[in-house]
Amino acid sequence: MKIDKRQRDGATILDLQGRITIGEGDVALREAVLAAVGEGATNILLNMGRVRSIDSSGVGELVAAYTTVTNRGGKLRLFSMPKRVLGVLEITQLITVLDILEDEAEAVASLA
Amino acid sequence: MPEPVHQTIRLSIGSRYENIELVKAVLDETLESLPIDEETGYWMGIALREALTNAIKHGNALDPEKKVDVCLAVGESGIDITVEDQGSGFDPGAVADPLAPDNLLKTEGRGIFYMRKFMDKIDYDFGAGGGTKVRLHKKFDAPAGSAEANQGGANED
Repeated sequence: MKIDKRQRDGATILDLQGRITIGEGDVALREAVLAAVGEGATNILLNMGRVRSIDSSGVGELVAAYTTVTNRGGKLRLFSMPKRVLGVLEITQLITVLDILEDEAEAVASLA
Repeated sequence: MPEPVHQTIRLSIGSRYENIELVKAVLDETLESLPIDEETGYWMGIALREALTNAIKHGNALDPEKKVDVCLAVGESGIDITVEDQGSGFDPGAVADPLAPDNLLKTEGRGIFYMRKFMDKIDYDFGAGGGTKVRLHKKFDAPAGSAEANQGGANED
C-alpha cells in the first residue's frame, strides 16, 4: 500500500494505491490518517481510485478513520471508489454511513 | 455422497499475515484451469483471505509456532477450500450480526459475513483436540445454455 498526501482547498487528500488488507494496507491507512489528524487536518479525503482490493480489516480501518475524524469535529470523505471496493462496502451497508463521493471535485465541493 | 475429488492441493503455513498472499497465489493459479469466471474468482479470493485471517489472528493468536493447514479440493462440480487452525475454537452462533445498527460502526466482525456472501456454502468443524476447520464451497459455473445456467445462481447458507 502506497499513500501520498497532498492539500487542496483546505482539504488533506490521501491518494491510496494498492490493497487495504490485513497486515499491509490496514496499518498504513491507520498511520496516515492519524498522522494527518495529528498535524491538524480536519477535512480528509481518501482517494480510493487506485485501491485494488479491500478485506474486512481494511473495511474496519475505514470505519476507524471515519470515527476518528468525525469525533474530532472533522469530515472524512471517500471518492473514486472502484466497483469491487464499493461492493464490499455495500453488502455491509456501510455506504449508508460513510460519505462516498463520485470524484475529487465533488468531494472537495462537499466540504464547502 | 461426497463427489470424487480430481485434484487436491495441501499447504501448511506459519501464522503470519504475509503468508496469506502465498495461499492466495495458489488459489489464483488453481482457478485458472477451472470453470469459474474472473469476477467470481476475485470474490473467492476475498473469502479465502477472511478465512486465513481468522485462523491466523483469532485461531492461532498470531503464534508463529502454530500452523494453518489449507486444502484446495477440486471436485466434479465445484471446489472446496478448507482452512484449519490450531486454536481453541469458537461459537459461530455467537458472532454478532454486522448489519445490526449498533454494529455498523464496529471495526471488526465482518469476516464471516463476507465469507458467507462470497461463497455458496460454508461450514465449520471443531476437532476434539481443539482447532477450527472452516470449509468454503463454490460451485463451478454452469455451461452456457444448460438448465442450471438458465435458472441463474442462488446462494445457500
